[in-house]
Amino acid sequence: MRRVAVVGAGMTLFRHRMLETGKEMAFEASRMALDQAGLDIKDVDSVVLGSAPDAFDGVHMKGEYLLDGAGGTRKPYTRVFVGGGTGVFVPIAAWWQVASGVADIVLVVGEEKMSPLLPHPQYAFWSIFDPILERPLGVTLLWIFSLEMRRYMHVYNVSEEDIALVAVKNKRNALDHPAAQLAANITVDDVLKSEPICWPVKRLDVSPTSDGAAAVVLASEDVARRITDDPVWITGVGWNVDSTYWTNRDLCYPEYLEKAANMAYRMAHISDPKKEIDFAEVYDPFDYKELHHMEGLQLARRGEAPKLTREGVTQRDGDLPINPSGGLLGVGNPIAAAGMMKIAEVFWQLRGEAGKRQVKKPVRRGLAQAWGDLMQVGTVVIMER
Amino acid sequence: MESKKTLPGTPITGAEWENEVYSFRKHSVQLRYAWDAGSAVSGFLEGLKEGRILGRRCNRCMRVLVPPRAFCERCFRSTDEWVEVKDTGKINTYSVSYVNNDASRRDKPLIVAVIEIDGASPGMGFLHVLGEVEPSKVHVDMKVKAVWKPRDERVGAITDIKYFKPLEV
Repeated sequence: MRRVAVVGAGMTLFRHRMLETGKEMAFEASRMALDQAGLDIKDVDSVVLGSAPDAFDGVHMKGEYLLDGAGGTRKPYTRVFVGGGTGVFVPIAAWWQVASGVADIVLVVGEEKMSPLLPHPQYAFWSIFDPILERPLGVTLLWIFSLEMRRYMHVYNVSEEDIALVAVKNKRNALDHPAAQLAANITVDDVLKSEPICWPVKRLDVSPTSDGAAAVVLASEDVARRITDDPVWITGVGWNVDSTYWTNRDLCYPEYLEKAANMAYRMAHISDPKKEIDFAEVYDPFDYKELHHMEGLQLARRGEAPKLTREGVTQRDGDLPINPSGGLLGVGNPIAAAGMMKIAEVFWQLRGEAGKRQVKKPVRRGLAQAWGDLMQVGTVVIMER
Repeated sequence: MESKKTLPGTPITGAEWENEVYSFRKHSVQLRYAWDAGSAVSGFLEGLKEGRILGRRCNRCMRVLVPPRAFCERCFRSTDEWVEVKDTGKINTYSVSYVNNDASRRDKPLIVAVIEIDGASPGMGFLHVLGEVEPSKVHVDMKVKAVWKPRDERVGAITDIKYFKPLEV
């Protein structure tokens, strides 16, 4: 396998509703990533795009619909989709192409425009559930999160206060992110007193729905050495999907994520992730998910992530900073673009380009992770200087 | 990135949206579907009509699968036989929903739960709702029992079970 580098990144603002179309947002993020890499579209061998359910846009050919904005015309072009896990799966699918030698330069784009769906984007998620056994009960996407959160709290004796600390940290981190939609200084009490949506999930436990796009450029070692003094290497990738029968597994622990992480750790020759990963961008559409995913990634023992959070270990100046970007809770959650924002953040952090968001300790190795579908998919990318 | 003061993108505010300051085209789609229940779930639905909960057993891993499936996804072979399980179980996890699936507020909160069904393999259950109980009284591992619609109102649907109620008083 050939070594694969990240050589540029770009993104748009994340907002509830944007004037720009999906194509226009994809273009802006792609152009910014190419500019950072000092490349032009003619240099790009192949394009991989990620975007979540077509129902948001109401265009059931979304990959093709977004093609022009992602710079994919007259090129080998692929759209990939694994629900919320898509954003970190897009660079994996691009990595295949560079590692295998099929392409030297791949443009990787995550785009999401959730705002078109009325009265609320939430409604589209109804259509991901089993039509015979689950939809007749009036299921919403929020139910599976609240059910998983309650199970996690029960098995590991985790309090709502401990979980709220994640929302407080991430929304505060996002104050330093120029794309952020919901950056704020809030308290644990604000979270606990926010309106219940699906108890134990309350308003401030949840990330917003968003429009936005983010992009990176991947390059082979030869190209990367030629165009930059500062490449960031992708040294491990992993992905894993469990069954859609989500009511048949214990939601307290994401085994599929452990498998995805172990696949990436093996590739990156990591045997003790808690010591060897310097910082991580883990998927945080809900605050408890950050804790859940830290454990699945084995950055904390089972049930230990709340304690690390309480002790400040996961703060930007802590021993293991988690979501220095501000995460989905603070920056926003345009699904596939949100995962790509995490990839971009790891890239900027490793290059020392994160400005006020730069974590305090020197960092050499970072991890980005996303999650999704029916509580069933984990996607992991490890990057190093 | 930090050198770039403003990232691209033009946010639209709530007021601008309400007043249609920018151009929108609105459209509404109605799509109608008829989903085949499939060979395994059809049997499950027939069972519900008779007031019974049915699973399928895989004779290799010996799991009793609820909801039933025609094949065992782990052994990757056809399942072997129908097994009638109980209409009781315990709460694996639960939640109190204040919203509908379009994110609008419900008039009355709804308690939803994953119920591990007695007689199915450990941890095997399905999604349903709870009734005849206050949210504050519900707990994980609580024993519950199905409350069925009257026989003549059952149509072979998951909603033939009205809800699950606590067995304990």
